[in-house]
Amino acid sequence: MTLPLAEVGFAEATWILVVKSIVIFAAVFAIAPVLTVIERKVLGRFQARYGPNRVGPFGLLQPLADAVKLITKEGYRPDNAVPILWAVAPAIVIFTGVATLAIIPFGNVKDGVGFYGIDVSIGILYFFAFGSIAFYGLLLGGWASGSKYSFLGAMRSAAQLISYEISMGLALLGAIMMAGSLSLVSIVEAQDSIWYVIPQIVGFLIFMVAGFAEANRAPFDLPEADAELVQGYQTEYGGMRYGSYALAEYIEMFVVSGVAVTFFLGGWHGPGPGWLDPIWVLVKILALVFVFMWVRATVPRIRYDQLMSLGWKVLLPLATLNVLVTAVLVTTT
Amino acid sequence: MSQEFPYLPDESVVAVQRGPQPGGAGGAYRAFGETLRGLKTTFARIVEGPVTIQYPEEKTPVYPRFRGRHKLHRFEDTGLEKCVGCSLCAAACPADCIRVVAAENDPDHRVSAGERYAEIYEINLARCIFCGYCEVACPFDAITMGHEYELADYNREDLVFTKEMLLAEPVERTPLRREGE
Repeated sequence: MTLPLAEVGFAEATWILVVKSIVIFAAVFAIAPVLTVIERKVLGRFQARYGPNRVGPFGLLQPLADAVKLITKEGYRPDNAVPILWAVAPAIVIFTGVATLAIIPFGNVKDGVGFYGIDVSIGILYFFAFGSIAFYGLLLGGWASGSKYSFLGAMRSAAQLISYEISMGLALLGAIMMAGSLSLVSIVEAQDSIWYVIPQIVGFLIFMVAGFAEANRAPFDLPEADAELVQGYQTEYGGMRYGSYALAEYIEMFVVSGVAVTFFLGGWHGPGPGWLDPIWVLVKILALVFVFMWVRATVPRIRYDQLMSLGWKVLLPLATLNVLVTAVLVTTT
Repeated sequence: MSQEFPYLPDESVVAVQRGPQPGGAGGAYRAFGETLRGLKTTFARIVEGPVTIQYPEEKTPVYPRFRGRHKLHRFEDTGLEKCVGCSLCAAACPADCIRVVAAENDPDHRVSAGERYAEIYEINLARCIFCGYCEVACPFDAITMGHEYELADYNREDLVFTKEMLLAEPVERTPLRREGE
């Protein structure tokens, strides 16, 4: 069986792509702040309290207040920081987060326009490429800060990346083999009859666990580990540079949920007419984002050696086994 | 073990860090189950709903014997002040925050029921420790501890409460806990 690596359904005019990129940027910077306030409210409910409800109706203007506060802060840089890298690092994280969102399909092609940023031929490899670059933002930020806590956080994020990226890729490989394509649009189309979460339940669980690590979320938020490392790689950052890192975490969470929805939860498939497709994707993504918050409210941060042993001794063998079994089943049937 | 390592006194003394049993695949299974149990526990908190009392809008009810800001009382039938200016409260006050200056009652325009009345009655709430000794010392139950606890102000001078302020009914009543609550 040959995988159609460089075969893309159709090409769109350049101006459509430009418009789409603007829409994606606008959507991301509209969704991510709302996610911050939703997370704080949801976490509050988990702890039997309300969360922010003072600024605006239901506290929905809280991110606005936060942004104003962060932007008006003094831009402080430590003396022994590396100036350019220190300033660029938060931008890298934001950039990769937004760029990855481009490949999440929100619907099929309608009237010659696909409901996604771009259907790249390398498909999911694009996600992994940008996911790895995102860790450069953490690494550079931690290293360029010239602080020990930042450096420790950066090293942890590097170790975490290596331990989890492989299992994550292998977890998706099962779904890729069943669909026979790397393109995210084709993968969603292949789930017309059955969502891959049923045959690929192991892959789904592994992907979600690795996704928590990928998005630096609890219980794998060791790079920032505020109990031990102050704020890890973010320690020396303040103002909107810190805000960029915080925002990137939410974008990343949204992207990981989006990929999980695309690969395992049937993407835009759902009951109802065709125009409901993007809404179905959004609902599924938000449901997974809720799971992210739920887990954060429940599971304590695991120890560093536990993180390593979980990544290498549990997830990697399980993911490999899952891929082997899927491969055998796909080739025999 | 103690023979092989004579510098280790006894195995019971050595703190050995062991992973929980079972380890390996059984441990992973157990951890997965325990995680699900944890998720269930936290979700139950959402179902229960918040227990927050939204303070400025809702107030924590106080107990009936709560010692808040002082109140001076009048007789309900005659409207005369109960305080006769005996200064026992000022004598009992450990924080020395009560100042009483007594004056003789004019028989035509009585202020209090006794021979004398308090011409000046001031409590410096910045000094008051809310011990309630004044209430205990008062022979006529003229002063009691009320239920108000929102006493913050911007100036210390504003915290000296005069007789008129102590006699006045509170603008807003503090919620009271019911019996057995």
